[in-house]
Amino acid sequence: MELAERRLHPGSVPKLSAARGRREVNSLPLKLPAVVVLVLWSVVPLAMTLWFSFQRYNLLSPGERSFAGIENYRFLLTDPGLATAILNTLFLVGWVLALTVGLGTLLAVLFDQDFFGRGVARVLVIAPFFVMPTVSALVWKNMLMHPSNGVIAFLMRSVGLQPIDWFSAAPLASIVVIVAWQWLPFATLILLTAIQALDPERKEAARMDGAGPVAMFFFIILPHLGRAISVVLMIETLFLLSVFAEIFVTTSGGPGLASTNLAFLIYRYALLEYDVGAASAGGVFAIVLANVVATFLVRAIARNIEA
Amino acid sequence: MTRALRRKWITTAAAWLVAGLVFFPIAWMVLTGFKTEVEAIATPPSLFFRPTLENYVAVQARADYLKFAWNSVVVSFGSTLLALVFAVPASYAMAFFPTKRTKGTLVWMLSTKALPSVGVLVPIYLLFRDAGLLDTRLGLLFVYALVNLPIVAWMLFSFFKEVPGEILEAGRMDGAEPKHELYHLLLPLSLPGIASTCLLAIILSWNEAFWSLNLTAANAAPLTAFIASFSSPEGLFWAKLSAASTMAIAPILIFGWMSQRQLVRGLTFGAVK
Repeated sequence: MELAERRLHPGSVPKLSAARGRREVNSLPLKLPAVVVLVLWSVVPLAMTLWFSFQRYNLLSPGERSFAGIENYRFLLTDPGLATAILNTLFLVGWVLALTVGLGTLLAVLFDQDFFGRGVARVLVIAPFFVMPTVSALVWKNMLMHPSNGVIAFLMRSVGLQPIDWFSAAPLASIVVIVAWQWLPFATLILLTAIQALDPERKEAARMDGAGPVAMFFFIILPHLGRAISVVLMIETLFLLSVFAEIFVTTSGGPGLASTNLAFLIYRYALLEYDVGAASAGGVFAIVLANVVATFLVRAIARNIEA
Repeated sequence: MTRALRRKWITTAAAWLVAGLVFFPIAWMVLTGFKTEVEAIATPPSLFFRPTLENYVAVQARADYLKFAWNSVVVSFGSTLLALVFAVPASYAMAFFPTKRTKGTLVWMLSTKALPSVGVLVPIYLLFRDAGLLDTRLGLLFVYALVNLPIVAWMLFSFFKEVPGEILEAGRMDGAEPKHELYHLLLPLSLPGIASTCLLAIILSWNEAFWSLNLTAANAAPLTAFIASFSSPEGLFWAKLSAASTMAIAPILIFGWMSQRQLVRGLTFGAVK
């Protein structure tokens, strides 16, 4: 009967879902545990952060808890640290995005070519992504960027330049370099995957029409990569908005506030100054910022699921 | 030499130069781990030296490296297992018995990833303090399982979708109960997908360095937090740092190389395959 009906109305969604769900199954008990723990994990702390942000609450004097109204927000907004932290966050995110997507596109095109030992070379390029952030930060800080014993200082001296103390002269830029090195493989890997999914016939057709490598890149490859690039941008942004460990082990946010981003500022309020209220107000800020980005991300990805 | 071959050689040179540059910090770190402390800070950097294993011995003897490594193993494997326990039934249900709400549920799961950890640092810290979970492996294990649950569920969902429904259907005809259908048909059929999902979850947990730095101390610290202790000035022993780091990243590098294909799918939530 059902089948007959479908034949009569071929347009009426002969979807996979209909075929698969034929047997009456109550699948709710299967989904419920996962949904419940995720709700608890996301909603409860979120509500608590909001609640604390309106409280006068310092862990050093836990007895004196009271309603604070918007005091924490006013404190946050008048703290010169906030503007610095937001600017630093944007600087960090912006530069890392530019470096990883720019270089990642070039690397992806390069590694799409046929050359000797491609498999091994590819493995080497991807490696930094699997290095834990504390390791990469310390290796860069000590062994590479150290002003007297680092490899970079050695190279600069050997061409007659004065070595630079990177982490005091340009702390935030130094962190950008480290974080970009960690995320370059991610961008490369995803863009390479996308390039390899490009229909070879389109490339061939363009070549027949006399397109050189440059024209090929701008008119065939780059437009094809648009989607993948936007995915890379958004996913990286979500992670980069809360870069923490790299700052924690290299500069501790300094000198002064020079390399303090929003995540590190909140950490400072919370676990160094024990100011629960201010830290929570900062947390609300971070959540709003991330959600603006996430809205775009979720929309782009949701378009792509065939559920 | 033909033009094509010359071109290939030029590409080879360029690509290997780039690969060498990108990989250099890791190679240099591994090398430094086999030097003495004096050679490690020598300028000009010493390239030819007699390799020593003393740092590897010292890292264990002085800092009890294995304790932190074990913490990493327990937390990352345990959290992956826990995430699977929640995700397998949910993904199974969503892949084979989709409802109107399935798409919404998936998107919502993804959106929980957008909640920045730092935004909920304070409540989680306080809840952990009150529950006695601060600086325990169990506490960190819970956090990682929850942090990775959306990714794990998404990946499993996408792998389950690739299993032909007819096979499960045939099993049902033969009288397989849903439980058996899951254990004897679906899981074996999607084993490669499940394996790469596990690898990704383990990699992410192993390298996680926000919660581990904020929620653990001497007892439950995994390797990420242990390595961070080398950032204090008195801990600046480059050769030992390198030896400890090499051991900390080696297993994950291997896991990562094994799973690089599926990684793209997992990290982009299926938006790029």
